[in-house]
Amino acid sequence: MALKPVERMQQIVRASMEEVQARSSMTHSAPEKDRRSFLRNTVAVAGSVGALGVASTGANAAPLAIPESNKQMGRALPPEEYGMPSKFEAKVKRRRSDVLVNRQNFSDWSMTPLQSTPGIVTPNGLFYERHHNGVPDINPDTHVFALHGLVRKPLTLTMSDLMRYPAVSKFFFMECSGNGLTDWLKPSSKTVQQTHGLLSCAQWTGIPVSWLLDEAGLLPEVKWLIAEGADGSGHLRSIPIEKMLDDCMLVYAMNGEMLRPENGYPLRLFVPGWEGNVSVKWLRRIKAGTEPWHVRGETARYTDPMPNGMWRKFSFVMEAKSVITRPSGGMKIQRGFNEIQGFAWSGNGKIKAVDVTLDGGKNWQEATLEEPVIDKCMTRFKFNWKWDGAPAVIASRCVDSTGYVQPTVEDIKKSRAIVGFVQHHNGVFPWIVSASGEVTNGIG
Amino acid sequence: MESANRMKILATRLALALPLFMLVSCASVADSLSRSAASNAGGAAFGRPISEQDLAAWNIDIRTHDGVGLPAGGGDAVKGKAVYDAKCIACHGPDAKGGPVFGAMVGGIGSFKTNVRVLTPGSMYPYAPILFDYIRRAMPMDNPQTLTADEVYAVSAYILQLNGLIGANDEMNSKTMAMVKMPNRDGFIIDDRPDTKALRCMKDCK
Repeated sequence: MALKPVERMQQIVRASMEEVQARSSMTHSAPEKDRRSFLRNTVAVAGSVGALGVASTGANAAPLAIPESNKQMGRALPPEEYGMPSKFEAKVKRRRSDVLVNRQNFSDWSMTPLQSTPGIVTPNGLFYERHHNGVPDINPDTHVFALHGLVRKPLTLTMSDLMRYPAVSKFFFMECSGNGLTDWLKPSSKTVQQTHGLLSCAQWTGIPVSWLLDEAGLLPEVKWLIAEGADGSGHLRSIPIEKMLDDCMLVYAMNGEMLRPENGYPLRLFVPGWEGNVSVKWLRRIKAGTEPWHVRGETARYTDPMPNGMWRKFSFVMEAKSVITRPSGGMKIQRGFNEIQGFAWSGNGKIKAVDVTLDGGKNWQEATLEEPVIDKCMTRFKFNWKWDGAPAVIASRCVDSTGYVQPTVEDIKKSRAIVGFVQHHNGVFPWIVSASGEVTNGIG
Repeated sequence: MESANRMKILATRLALALPLFMLVSCASVADSLSRSAASNAGGAAFGRPISEQDLAAWNIDIRTHDGVGLPAGGGDAVKGKAVYDAKCIACHGPDAKGGPVFGAMVGGIGSFKTNVRVLTPGSMYPYAPILFDYIRRAMPMDNPQTLTADEVYAVSAYILQLNGLIGANDEMNSKTMAMVKMPNRDGFIIDDRPDTKALRCMKDCK
């Protein structure tokens, strides 16, 4: 029974509207029809890959089939939606540590899949998380920020007040001080997500804290300020005045949209280049004082073990660090050309150079930095490698604009005690490539 | 130091009067603030004045080394055990020895020079008022900021007493708490990094 073209079109439109209604939201669960067409496409693509391999030798090229997607209508646009990645990328996601298992998931963290984020910007849905008592849902219409203490004029500001100021947008990395704490002396983690995934990078939008400090009128005796969150842990950190005036921001947006709840919606402090937890999320208050407060989170936690039973406190800055993300743990490479890729970053400035070793640190060659290279921002490096199939130990080492050279764990052990949950691991991180091309964690 | 910084900010703002809006390459400008395309040169000021009195319910920080900010009230370990057994024991276990959600909060004193450092309030906190500040703002985890000042003082006293740092009838209050001598009081150094001296060796290293 042949339909007239107009009737056929109407039928297709009806069917597509039903499909749109059936999808209350975009998810990775695909209707059966899509899955079937995916199978057809997969067969076609698999065929084409084989064909390319053979075609290069000039023999027995199998003809490419026209992809099914060329021969049918695509998905109709729903009336409105928040766009999501392709369902075929569903494996790319944040995950909690599977090395250290917490007894609860409120004071916990999730890690960024660095092996699957090829640019310097971390997508908001993949940005790492660290919370001290879960993620609050705060209504921006009722959220109030207060600035008080040793100021001439204590102030409150609503979110709409804050957004009336001129907006400033800047790219900065953020890294948890605990990044890598499971992998100092021997391998515990498998992938770079687990060894380095408490690291992300975004363009942050907000206003300099210094504007509001000027407006409130800091008293001359102010030396430290404390920032406090509106979450169930009331997380807070003391921050010295020099840093606050230098480059700290009150941030309400990241990567072109309002902050995600897990990243501090609707307002957070951002402290460039310093350990992530001082960039207090869900910020409700900054108070000016003369001395640090020495709260639990800057004495019993976020301090570093030192020789002779001592502890280092206020170790804020995240020193220069780099890691190879491709190839990295859990991957398998093939002989011949491989581009080594990775990230380098420094809380003290810009990345000046990255070197790569292919022989476990005996010899090093300079990698290429990819623009843009920005102060306190993740920088991408790459290095062309022709792998001959011999076992190799590969690693990267960066130098920042202060001249600081990324140390090895052996270097760090000379001055610090590596005992227990040790923070601030910025050591050179090796990956072992076996003769079969399998890549594993080579620390220790 | 502050005035030097303010001068730097001021100089930066003057520089920002230049039209930097079309500047594409961030890397070409050294100063981090001058990278921004916006400045507050227009004098935006939208803060609403508020009195410290009206901020009292929010003003809960405690400067722990001298106890500034500790509120009125008080309690001892005897009263604290009752609070603990009612509101803390489910997660932290009997006698603060560890439970299903959190590990031990007793012991560990003297362990920092061994290969296993045991971190408890008794072994780790340099100042006793940290207990008051943390318990008041963050505990119980499922119901934070609900304990009264007396309850917080009492349960803090109980933890200190279980760690052998005060007696069962020693009252903790805004006067006494900062005077408790914590074992790790002098256990901290200020950040002294960079503490590594790696060299950029390129050939035949190690």
